[in-house]
Amino acid sequence: MALHRIVWSEGVVRLVLTAVDRLTTPLLADDYLALADPLLSRRWPAGRVTQVRAETADATTLVIRPGRGWRPARMAGQYVPVGVRIDGVLHWRTYSLTTPPGRPGEPFSITVRALPDGRVSQHLAHRVRPGEVLRLGPAQGEFHLPDPPPGRLLLLTAGIGITPVMAMLRALAAGGRLAAGTDVLLVHSAPDPARTVFGPELRAMDQRLPWFRLYEHHTRAGARPAGHLTLARLPAVCPDWRERATFVCGPAALLESARRRWAVEGLAGRLHFERFCPLPPAPSLGGTGPQTARVSFAASGVETAAGTGTPLLEAGEAAGVAMPSGCRMGICFGCVSPLLHGRVRDLRTGEVRGEPGDLIQTCVSAACGPVTLDL
Amino acid sequence: MATALPTDPAAPDPSDAPPRSTDTEALGRELDRIRAEVLARRGAEDARYIHTVVAVHRRLEVGGRLALAISLLPPAWLAGTAALTTAKILENLELGHNIMHGQWDWMRDPAIHSTTWEWDNPTPAYAWKHTHNHIHHTWTNVVGRDRDLGFTVLRMSEEQPWRPVHLLQPFYTALGAPFFEWLAALYDLEADAVLQRRKPLRAFLRDAVNTVCKGARQAAKDYLLFPLLAGPSAVPCLLGNLTANTARSLWAHTVIFCGHFPDGVRSFTEEETEHETRGQWYLRQALGSANIEGGTALHVLTGNLSHQIEHHLFPDLPSNRYAEIAPRVRDVLTAHGIPYTTGPLLQQYASTWARICRMALPNLHRAAPGRPRGEDPA
Repeated sequence: MALHRIVWSEGVVRLVLTAVDRLTTPLLADDYLALADPLLSRRWPAGRVTQVRAETADATTLVIRPGRGWRPARMAGQYVPVGVRIDGVLHWRTYSLTTPPGRPGEPFSITVRALPDGRVSQHLAHRVRPGEVLRLGPAQGEFHLPDPPPGRLLLLTAGIGITPVMAMLRALAAGGRLAAGTDVLLVHSAPDPARTVFGPELRAMDQRLPWFRLYEHHTRAGARPAGHLTLARLPAVCPDWRERATFVCGPAALLESARRRWAVEGLAGRLHFERFCPLPPAPSLGGTGPQTARVSFAASGVETAAGTGTPLLEAGEAAGVAMPSGCRMGICFGCVSPLLHGRVRDLRTGEVRGEPGDLIQTCVSAACGPVTLDL
Repeated sequence: MATALPTDPAAPDPSDAPPRSTDTEALGRELDRIRAEVLARRGAEDARYIHTVVAVHRRLEVGGRLALAISLLPPAWLAGTAALTTAKILENLELGHNIMHGQWDWMRDPAIHSTTWEWDNPTPAYAWKHTHNHIHHTWTNVVGRDRDLGFTVLRMSEEQPWRPVHLLQPFYTALGAPFFEWLAALYDLEADAVLQRRKPLRAFLRDAVNTVCKGARQAAKDYLLFPLLAGPSAVPCLLGNLTANTARSLWAHTVIFCGHFPDGVRSFTEEETEHETRGQWYLRQALGSANIEGGTALHVLTGNLSHQIEHHLFPDLPSNRYAEIAPRVRDVLTAHGIPYTTGPLLQQYASTWARICRMALPNLHRAAPGRPRGEDPA
């Protein structure tokens, strides 16, 4: 009943705002509502940080109350694009939700580990205070528990890769009616107990929940540090791993070895994994680098090699891609195109940049290593 | 390109002066340095500026609309019309023009970005970005290439061929100014380009439909929906909206004409721009633009187009930085013997009108022999 009322009132609000849009064109009524509170905008969804909680020395949980426009997660394990303004520039990163799916408007949390040279992660983990407004993209992602959840699960995680799995565990723990015979094993690798994100909560769950077991692997604890978790240990820790639906999240090396192992055994269908993609390192501008780079145009399906001093616009045109263009000298912004992957160099200033989703001026940008454009 | 300056005492006949390529290269480097310094400092403060302007515009608009809803009361009409006029001017010039130039794309905020911005103007953003950012800014004041040099209906340079219809140009300039935004929308359709076979008829028809639809939406808002909502204040509300739109048109017309047409501003032939280097391009932008002197309020209300020279040199630098770099740009240009055309608004405006009237008549004397003549745009 209450839910019906909420849905109905949101529907009415939307109808009224659509009518009001006629009065605010070319802006939307939303743009004016956002003056009162950015959380009221459906056009540019945002959320407000309500709580900042240190998990470890370098990992922080942010509890975020989303605004009207945000599409919540449907499944546990999905991620959310978060836009944070640093020195006037909006930086977008994706973080796994660490809370189970909620209703629209219900607070959710993300847990961010500060990377040593991560501008955005450092900001989110150490400098964000309650009250700060972050922009949000819709929750999304294929790395999530199926519905209904499988009875026997193996969760294989390392470091901050625990985050989507934490959402899954919390969803299972809150779900109430689990199938008979549910058995969940979490094999988690962290430097030591103190630096285990969610360590206390996981250990408490291990004590409290009959269907859950936690196996902790500590890479740097004790007199003889164990080193990285390798799959060689898996049969000892989880003899029936072949029969379990498995979710892996962690560094690329762990994912890669798991992917290969499951493929060799013909079990690729049982393995679900999420790749954390840190940005490719900025190539050095010294003369030693390669003089050409691979440039791909995703929408056209074209791939070509381009000189590192050749504007991407020319490279695309030479390869027969329908490139938007204008002044061809960097002033009219008629050629801006979305970058999907890689880094580009501004031929006027030498500045190197490139985050997925950046809109770049192809007429004055050259590839700096492999580049993919959404054209 | 002949980069000689008309005022250069060393070159009495500018058209015959040799190219001063070394000078323009140094000029290019010095201006590039100014640009690089602004880029290095661009950050949170600039972002705060544009967010403030966005918020001020929206608050003024809401306030103006509310006041006009009860505009049967004369003070409400005055306050509402003033607020709405100011809002619309800010929206077109400091926000629309500059955001669509990509001046704020560096913030990577899709809400304030050249690719997503749409403005309160009958011409759709994409059409304006093509004629303005691409054609006008690339070919500034090049006869036959820069359509803004007289907007295809006025003769603004001696290099442009005279036709008898130009005798009337002072009249139709004055008559058109109150409807400037609508005429600009027609202009952005580029009917002339269709006749010259530079634009396919199909594209023209598509653009015409888009412009009519957008114009209808903008007009319905100001001349139908808000007056209807104002109930008993319908008529004064409509008149307030009409006043705001007309005042904005007159103001935009004034600012834009003062940017390229006052005395001292040069035009160029296409031959002069062949093989143009970066430095020579800078030189042409400086010689082809004029500033308006005034206080901060004037600069903000012109969308900082009062710094037309700085804007044309660096069209993608955030507008709030133009005032800051203007003295240095002026020093660099002066050191290179390049004139820096500027003056108070009234002087520049009068000078623009003098040119409109002068160019209405055929050239009194032939251009210097050997000087390349402009191509007939038709």
